[in-house]
Amino acid sequence: MKILVALKQVPDTETKIKVAADGRSLDPADVKWITSPYDEYALEEALRLKEAKGAEVVAVSVGEEKAKDILRNALALGADQAVLLKSQEAGEPLAVAQIVASFAEGKGFDLLLFGNKGFGSDNGAVGPMVAEKLGAAQANLVTKLELGEGSFRAEREGDSGTEIVEGSLPAVITAQRGLNEPRYASLKGIMAAKKKPIEEVEAVSVAAAARVSSLSLPPARSEGRKLDGDAATQASTLLGLLKNEAKVL
Amino acid sequence: MILVFCELKDGKVRKPSLEALSEARRLADASGKQVGAIFAGHGLAGAEEAATYGADVILKADAPGLAAYSSDGFARLLADAVQAKGASVFLAAATSLGRDVAPRVAARLGAGFAADVTALAMKDGKLQATRPVYAGKAFASVDFESPVQVATTRPNVFAVASCSKAGTAESLPVSADGFKAVVKEILAKAGGAVDLTEADIIVSGGRGMKEGANFKLLEELAEALGGVVGASRAAVDAGWGIPHSMQVGQTGKVVSPTLYIACGISGAIQHVAGMSSSKYIVAVNKDPEAPIFKLADYGIVGDLFEVVPELTKAAKTLKG
Repeated sequence: MKILVALKQVPDTETKIKVAADGRSLDPADVKWITSPYDEYALEEALRLKEAKGAEVVAVSVGEEKAKDILRNALALGADQAVLLKSQEAGEPLAVAQIVASFAEGKGFDLLLFGNKGFGSDNGAVGPMVAEKLGAAQANLVTKLELGEGSFRAEREGDSGTEIVEGSLPAVITAQRGLNEPRYASLKGIMAAKKKPIEEVEAVSVAAAARVSSLSLPPARSEGRKLDGDAATQASTLLGLLKNEAKVL
Repeated sequence: MILVFCELKDGKVRKPSLEALSEARRLADASGKQVGAIFAGHGLAGAEEAATYGADVILKADAPGLAAYSSDGFARLLADAVQAKGASVFLAAATSLGRDVAPRVAARLGAGFAADVTALAMKDGKLQATRPVYAGKAFASVDFESPVQVATTRPNVFAVASCSKAGTAESLPVSADGFKAVVKEILAKAGGAVDLTEADIIVSGGRGMKEGANFKLLEELAEALGGVVGASRAAVDAGWGIPHSMQVGQTGKVVSPTLYIACGISGAIQHVAGMSSSKYIVAVNKDPEAPIFKLADYGIVGDLFEVVPELTKAAKTLKG
């Protein structure tokens, strides 16, 4: 079996967001870059499948030179191959999907694993877009995955409960928290990864279909009022305010 | 035409779909376009309701083979309808289904895509979207280059507005076979609770709840107010048996209810990112210095184990 895992390098989730001088991107000063948290579940699932059934795991990332860090980490965790698809279009979902799909096309991947969204841009679009480009089945927000002969069964988070999705391989699966518990890299893995190559491929050139024209911070909320009295007084004051002042009840 | 994918539940159009439809009507009026509401499934009872919310045309893809949702199958028929109608904008609510299908539709059409938008406008004949990024810590304006533009609208943000239009019904030709993946079964949530992202009122608990069993107090308050219960990451990670699907925050759900009541939640940046766009925020916490009070409209400094039952009592009295 051959598995592709797509990884995105994103700012650490605790990052304080500052707008860069161009007014439309994140100020990269003091930003610590990490593997998007949901992508870690995707990689872990690939590694577990490799251990259970045997598989070749190829980690890819679309981005610039610095994205090699997360690919190196993927090798340390157990990916067999790591490929950097060099492009500056790391933010626009359709362009990224086109790049990943062009790379994957014809390489015989049975499974393509993604995080359900990349932290930051939060579109949750690249996985489904790659599925469409490749004409593959998909299941998003997956919390449990089972593979059969040329088929899969996935549990995903739906609005009214857990949905059971069944489909054929090849398939795109996007991982949700709960799918597994990602491992940490061992020292041995980290040392071995230093010697492994990271392939670099110039990504196909694609025109962005959408662009961020400005980035701004949300208006700050002002501190409201604290309510006095004992618990019963506070409770009745609050309900009164919610009904008569806020008019939300 | 602006085409809006609408979902039905229990014979009614789902509220997030009505919000998308109402916004489509506003955009269409501003740009001289028509609004089409498109439904897919089997039976589709209740689809006519879309006319009351501004649909000039109601398109129905109705076949037994569409009774169960298929990502690839639905994407194909929706994209085909966009092309058949020459629509330039395709909208869906950012429900679990909308999020699943809309990016696929966009890819099929080579269209630019913006998820979970909180404002839309038409500029030079094209859509322009505002959307939260970094889990709500910032907002991005998105301009489109592609001839067709696709977006999903965040639930609870756009106002539902009645506006009667013709709603001319039209059946779409459907080939409901060759689907690559299908939803076989839905294991319904207990009590058929509304999803957090659609809830008007959310009562959330954090580390201060001390143990999972104490969430009963929040359930009682939520029930009295007609809301649902959420949790902070600290509560979900504490091993109290609180499922991740209840988590509000950066790595959980991003919500915009009318009223958000945070109980025993300190207000870590990770949590705030997921709820700071709520219309009204109430904080109940025994620590007067808790950062959550900085963004709460109304703060109660006190022991939640005393305050929450009193709130439930007062809510029951109020609702009579």
